[in-house]
Amino acid sequence: MYDTIIIGAGMSGLAAGVRLAHFGRRVCILERHRAIGGLNSFYKQRGRTYDVGLHAITNFVPKGTRTGPLAKLFRQLRVAWEDWALAPQLGSAIIFPNAILQFSNSIEVLESEIRLRFPKQIDNFRRLIASLHDYGQFGQSGANRSTRKVIGEIISDPLLAEMILCPVLFYGGAREHDIEFDQFSILFRSIFLEGLARPLAGIQRILKMLASRFKEHGGELRLRAGVAKIAVKGDSVEKVILEDGSELEARNVLSSAGFAETMRLCNESQPDDQPDGRISIVESISVLNAPPRSLGYDRTIVFYNDSETFHYEKPEELIDLRSGTVCSPNNFAYPEPLDEGVMRITSLANYERWASLDKESYRQAKRDWYEKLVASAIRFVPDFRAAVIETDVFTPRTIHRFTGHAEGALYGAAQKRHDGTSHLKNLFICGNDQGLVGIVGAIISGISIANQHLLK
Amino acid sequence: MTAADIRVAILDILHDIAPDEDLSGLKEDVPFREQLELDSMDFLDIVMELRKRYRVQIPENEYTELASMGSTVRYLEPRMKDIAK
Ligand SMILES: Cc1cc2nc3c(=O)[nH]c(=O)nc-3n(C[C@H](O)[C@H](O)[C@H](O)COP(=O)(O)OP(=O)(O)OC[C@H]3O[C@@H](n4cnc5c(N)ncnc54)[C@H](O)[C@@H]3O)c2cc1C
Repeated sequence: MYDTIIIGAGMSGLAAGVRLAHFGRRVCILERHRAIGGLNSFYKQRGRTYDVGLHAITNFVPKGTRTGPLAKLFRQLRVAWEDWALAPQLGSAIIFPNAILQFSNSIEVLESEIRLRFPKQIDNFRRLIASLHDYGQFGQSGANRSTRKVIGEIISDPLLAEMILCPVLFYGGAREHDIEFDQFSILFRSIFLEGLARPLAGIQRILKMLASRFKEHGGELRLRAGVAKIAVKGDSVEKVILEDGSELEARNVLSSAGFAETMRLCNESQPDDQPDGRISIVESISVLNAPPRSLGYDRTIVFYNDSETFHYEKPEELIDLRSGTVCSPNNFAYPEPLDEGVMRITSLANYERWASLDKESYRQAKRDWYEKLVASAIRFVPDFRAAVIETDVFTPRTIHRFTGHAEGALYGAAQKRHDGTSHLKNLFICGNDQGLVGIVGAIISGISIANQHLLK
Repeated sequence: MTAADIRVAILDILHDIAPDEDLSGLKEDVPFREQLELDSMDFLDIVMELRKRYRVQIPENEYTELASMGSTVRYLEPRMKDIAK
């Protein structure tokens, strides 16, 4: 009998596992896939290792900073700065027609850009920052305020409002068009007031550290161990039944598989809480024969949109070519350069469209849309096509296959379960559906749900 | 454990929680909260580490006794005197 069974070895499940195992609990993490990481994994193809999720770690603060989510995460998981060796971004930009706003890990850069490009808005922008909710207020206000409405009341130039929303929605918008002001506050802080960084060795370094910590403390990690069913007795989980038919018992179950997905495992029918459609994406990876810098490109991330209005919605087509993000993992301030140049482009995509293709059309669509995606992005970054030596594309279908998240959803349900509880007294929820998104958000979610409910 | 042993034990726990902190200049009677900006999650961790390592139970309403190094050692001394180092 385990103290806790954790479903999923993504960031949140691993983080919760480290906490519980560290304090002597008997824990088993069950992961369906043959690798750990979930939405943030890595894979090998033709001799190269690719990160799936990671563009950048958000919430970056310089070494020695004692407050904020990253410092909290480090202390809770007993991480020393050098364990992650984060390198800060070089500088990013939001690019709309006739307007560019550059930003870096110091908010002064964005402020001076706004002062230049939107001189009448700088005081309003400062007011917006002053009105952001604190991390401590997260999930407590319950006000459910629309960010578009709040921003609209503060920022009187719609173009600036769209430009501010674009990166925030791309990095954490669970539903179409808008985001709760609470979530917006957290994401805005994590991207603009704190900042972006990346470990030299990519996401592998963080995943390996979490997994080895977990095992050192006696935790059990089982791969290819998908949970098929959560058997319920009265108001509790009785046991967990795996896809191979074996059964496991635990006093508590913590699931990072997603709220709706977890309810399905319990055989609970779920009212669809996602009437707006889930947001999913496609990502292309281009490996270059030279660093992007040598092509005149030294931005870390570019968020682009080709009209004055940003449409954050599930597209009709396979991919929405109007907007996207370009990330070059090379453009962080590392002590030594990466081996190869890489450009990654992410755009919104339609899960059903990708899912309905047969095998051959799927392959063909990946090839065709790679070309279209790159052609769209080079309107905003230098044309790197002549330097490409290897490409890969992953789609909403890939995300669905490797994480089990319905419709390849990136940032979980729109309606978060802030307290991490469920209809059963010993079943808890962590990860994207609990409230916090992104890598740091998922880790904090795993930590705080473990602390609140499983370490008492 | 003597007061000096307890002090070392607490330093060891603090070092695990915040490996990047230089604890050599830690002041006896200035709150951890001020010196290291520890928050309630960190205090809970100190309590849990003490329980894990030395099996000392600290009731929730007495967590405030752990405010500084001085107060922590004074509070723990009678409670840990029979514990082997
Ligand atoms: C392309 C992409 C780019 C991203 N870029 C960034 C970025 O740059 N910065 C950032 O901060 N965040 C980024 N994210 C978001 C970030 O990856 C996620 O928010 C975070 O990893 C979510 O972690 P999680 O633990 O909540 O969920 P998951 O990672 O989804 O973990 C859930 C795990 O549960 C497993 N599972 C599901 N069902 C079962 C079952 N029945 N039995 C057993 N196991 C099961 C899944 O296989 C999975 O491993 C990105 C995501 C993607 C996809």
